Amino acid sequence: MVRRMNRPVAIVGVGISKFGAFKEKLGRELFAEAFTEMLGSVDRGIEARDIEALYVGSAAPLSFELQAHLAPIIADQVGLITKPAIRVESACASGGLALREGIIGVASELYDIVLVGGVEKMTNLPTTEVTDVLAAFSDSAYESRVGITFPGAYALLATAYRHRYGLTEEQLMAVAIKNHQNGALNPKAQFNCSIRDILIRRMANMMEKGQQTPNWASEMDFLKDREANPIIAWPLRLFDCSPITDGAACLLLVAGHLAKSFTDTPIYVIGSGQASDYSLSGRDDLTTLASAREAARQAYDMAGVHAEDIQMAEVHDCFTIAEILATEDLGFFEPGEGGRAVEQGITALQGTMPINPSGGLKAKGHPVGASGIAQAVEVWQQMRGEAGARQINRDVHLALTHNVGAHGASCLVHIYERR
Amino acid sequence: MAEAEFTSASFYQALRDKRLIGTRCQECQNVYVPPRQVCPHCHSRDVEWVKVKGEGILVAYTTIAVGTSPMVAQGYDRNRHYCCGIVALAEGPRLCALIIGADAQKPASIKIGTAVSVAFPAETDKRAVLAFRIRQSD
Repeated sequence: MVRRMNRPVAIVGVGISKFGAFKEKLGRELFAEAFTEMLGSVDRGIEARDIEALYVGSAAPLSFELQAHLAPIIADQVGLITKPAIRVESACASGGLALREGIIGVASELYDIVLVGGVEKMTNLPTTEVTDVLAAFSDSAYESRVGITFPGAYALLATAYRHRYGLTEEQLMAVAIKNHQNGALNPKAQFNCSIRDILIRRMANMMEKGQQTPNWASEMDFLKDREANPIIAWPLRLFDCSPITDGAACLLLVAGHLAKSFTDTPIYVIGSGQASDYSLSGRDDLTTLASAREAARQAYDMAGVHAEDIQMAEVHDCFTIAEILATEDLGFFEPGEGGRAVEQGITALQGTMPINPSGGLKAKGHPVGASGIAQAVEVWQQMRGEAGARQINRDVHLALTHNVGAHGASCLVHIYERR
Repeated sequence: MAEAEFTSASFYQALRDKRLIGTRCQECQNVYVPPRQVCPHCHSRDVEWVKVKGEGILVAYTTIAVGTSPMVAQGYDRNRHYCCGIVALAEGPRLCALIIGADAQKPASIKIGTAVSVAFPAETDKRAVLAFRIRQSD
């Protein structure tokens, strides 16, 4: 059965904090940065008092910041008390879930104007503790207990995929190289630099210290160097993994009939899908995320469009293998073809199907609860021609975001239209 | 066994007692390891204990350099990796497990499809984990 929204919903403003490691900032303060930018982005302005509710996605503030009951604290930080403030959690898809819940709130006519956002403040903990928190997004009783980390879970998918389709390490590396190239053009990105920039800086540092410099003739050479790019969970190496990030993002969602009173160029959310899946051991096929395929089916059906109609997508590349799976699960490429598509440049910024023009989670950074919202921020900027140096040079009027929780135990897909 | 509750605690106690157990749904006959009180397939609550042989094949694996804190505490690090995998049991169910007897420093030497057998924890192991050992005879 095809589900439809009761009435149209549009995005009329967006904001995003700088992504990175900010030891001196609280998550709520990063959210306020995003909120301030959002207020300035609404073409005809918004009175903050007109916002009727706040939905905020945050995956594990209790673990990362020892902060439970986050939503009222965020509401206070941006001046929304006494409005309803709701925190939602779906691991790394918490942001996407906040968007969906906000859409439901507006489409149901409960609210006309809501703020949806996401935030995560991850860098206060040492890496081992962050590893434990992220591992807890999988099944604590039977998955992380045996030693499976979060990169480990995706590495399991990668070996199964490699076994069936013959994935090469160059294909994984091509994803990292592309996303860093895009991130180099995104001033908000944690890694606002290409992999070439990183290797040149490393070589300069080594020469300065009088060390022997490695013979890195290309980005691939650098990525194949086991010292420069060590194994994290084979076959995934350091540069196959998204970083640990602090950051926040938010969107102003309004009922469709109000959209033009805020801007001449609203971005309508025309499709929303959400699905769940078993833990890894419950799945028969480890070369695809069934939750992504189901969420995409729902979103395509609701929007009345097909995969081939989509002109760009921000997908959940928490690991390089995840981007390859995503582009297949969303129907952009046949199973087993996602790796080749990256190598051929199809998914590059000015390719025929740009994937992750923002730099993706890989280069932009992955503050887990914020990532799903940050994807929608990129879509807004690209569709309005406001993406600056990384602007896709073709008109984009139909785009998609794909936000995965943990190893695919949950997934949210949204489709956007500029009319 | 009949009196034990269908819980994770019962599963791990059985593992310490050198038995790998799960549940069989009396309605649809599906077998689940670890145990389930409600059959996820047909929602029947009429389930009973079943012991499985503990033999299967590796369907996915990885070698981990940056581990969970219990593994780091056991001395695993960037220079000493450990192997985890997903095992498909002969009876059907799949399990995530620590894989013993594989050369974790040479991941490309490990093969999907390799036969494995359950390796039980010590009786006194309070934090028993599910482990499988590569079967050498194969």
